[in-house]
Amino acid sequence: MQNPYLPYPVRIDEIITETEDKNLKTFKFVFLNPADEEKFAYRAGQFAELSVTGKGEIPIGIASSPTEKGFVKFTVNRVGLVSTFLHSMKVGDIMGIRGPLGNSYPWDVLEGKNVVIIGGGFAFTTLRASIVYMLDPANRSKFKEINVIYGARTPGMLLYRDELAAWERRDDIKMHITVDGATDPDWKYNVGFVPTITEQKAPQADSDTYAIICGPPIMIKFTQPVLDKMGYAHDHIIMSLENRMKCGIGMCGRCNVGKEFVCKDGPVFTLAQLNTMPKEY
Amino acid sequence: MKVITIDKKDWASGLEKTKSAFQVFGPVKEKEWHSFKALGPGEQPDMAYNNTRLSPKFLVEPQTDPMFTYSLDEAKEGHHILKEVRKDIAPKAVVGIRPCDAAAFLLVKRNFDTPQYQDPYWLEAYNSMTFIGLACNAPCSTCFCTSAGGGPFNETGLDVLLVDVGDSFVAKSLTDKGDKWLSAGGWASATDASGKVEALKQAAETKITSNVRTDNLKTRPTTQLYDAPFWEDAAFSCINCGTCTYSCPTCWCFDIQDEVRGTSGIRMRNWDSCMFPMFTLHGSGHNPRSVKVQRVRQRFMHKLKYYVEKYDDGIQCVGCGRCIRLCPVNIDIRKVCNQMNDYDPAACVCPA
Repeated sequence: MQNPYLPYPVRIDEIITETEDKNLKTFKFVFLNPADEEKFAYRAGQFAELSVTGKGEIPIGIASSPTEKGFVKFTVNRVGLVSTFLHSMKVGDIMGIRGPLGNSYPWDVLEGKNVVIIGGGFAFTTLRASIVYMLDPANRSKFKEINVIYGARTPGMLLYRDELAAWERRDDIKMHITVDGATDPDWKYNVGFVPTITEQKAPQADSDTYAIICGPPIMIKFTQPVLDKMGYAHDHIIMSLENRMKCGIGMCGRCNVGKEFVCKDGPVFTLAQLNTMPKEY
Repeated sequence: MKVITIDKKDWASGLEKTKSAFQVFGPVKEKEWHSFKALGPGEQPDMAYNNTRLSPKFLVEPQTDPMFTYSLDEAKEGHHILKEVRKDIAPKAVVGIRPCDAAAFLLVKRNFDTPQYQDPYWLEAYNSMTFIGLACNAPCSTCFCTSAGGGPFNETGLDVLLVDVGDSFVAKSLTDKGDKWLSAGGWASATDASGKVEALKQAAETKITSNVRTDNLKTRPTTQLYDAPFWEDAAFSCINCGTCTYSCPTCWCFDIQDEVRGTSGIRMRNWDSCMFPMFTLHGSGHNPRSVKVQRVRQRFMHKLKYYVEKYDDGIQCVGCGRCIRLCPVNIDIRKVCNQMNDYDPAACVCPA
């Protein structure tokens, strides 16, 4: 019997400090057994349990895209026991990853559609995976217009800044980067909260346009009315939830929202689905 | 399905014989309570017991269960890589288990044996067991199995059902595992005691006078039950002690923890409870079930609504009554279940 609790052993290949507060680091992992990479076949929007022996496991969204081969990437905010220890680990250290877990963004539904990505703060990880996935030369033709609205408190708090700049220069993706405030006189992008920029820049709703929203609760709370006003149907608004998790496979019982487990039935739900569920997240 | 009679004078000697083929567990009295224990040579179960204080779920899902071991010593081969802890899968017989507790394992199995994932720890332990049930001739006042999908003579989840008919047990084998256990005991006197068993069964069922109503639970909208006005009242006296979930045969929630001594560590799982605030506490400090009314509601909604909707085969409760008997503040699942089942917001006249 295959043991779904057994992580694949990985080696830390690279660690990048992403933000000016140094609380967010991206870890690039390489599988110790090359065959495990194939078993870890994933879709953008899924997550994995990062396993640190002696400390425990944390559920983290996969920040790399399935089109990127030879490694997997996770961006981790330093918050608790495991993530704090992980931030002290070094290139070459051995740990584990378990997954892929959860359902992913609905790529079968999104094919042939316009996609509006709305992200805030450090909840941009699986959105980065989605953008890289859609921009891959083999996939770009499968999607119509791609808009990205991404905001952080300051320019230094944006994740993946080199990639954001590279995407800005492309003509097959419309980037709308914003910050709450900037002291840098050379800041050449937007200033304003995500809901405001969404209202200004997001395309009007139609049946072929889907919005994917990921961000802190306050951003979601104020962005949703904007999308409502613009006519986005609730089954065209896609969200990714977080809850405390342990097993990641729908067994340990803590991450449920109503009868759905965020780890197994989610983390991705449409707003239409969430409307029928208790607000326990 | 063979039915045999085991004369009580042949019971102890036969049970000793089964110990060569099975590790035998049975109810044993310790101080004032019964619990399931491994029976060594010469040790006998107390077949006149009522029921155990804690359910026998720990036989399959131990309160603490090592899953993996590892070494943090970088000089050692395979350091920082988890190694599976192998379980003892030799045949075990759980003798004298009550029908409600055996049926509970099948409700829990749905959680651990899914199309997508199978929990090897739970399943290997469960599959190694043969369940020798003991029908309840004298149910307690808190029993409500007959309205929770079972009954005092229910055979679901059992391999053998024993009925105490006075000077003997009538043993009905229900599976191949059951046949093997009876053969191991060397008991073989065929019997036709069906009349006697039926009379005892009917007498036992009429002794169960409390019940729950469950017919509307599936169709009541989740959000309507979630927002019902009776939760504050149901949770008012709760002290979040977790006794209900720990004693429950159908509560399976667990935590996973690492523990290190020197450079050797284990990853284990421990029983957890939806009654505890830490159960759902996010790293950020946010907690979706931060106050007790949310946690009490979660326990009842899980058992009586989410489970009902998810599997469409009844409630996640077998009516053993442990949570009612052991709750220090007299919270009664029967009352809450009936409130949920009968709740109709259109007919609700609030006193305020």
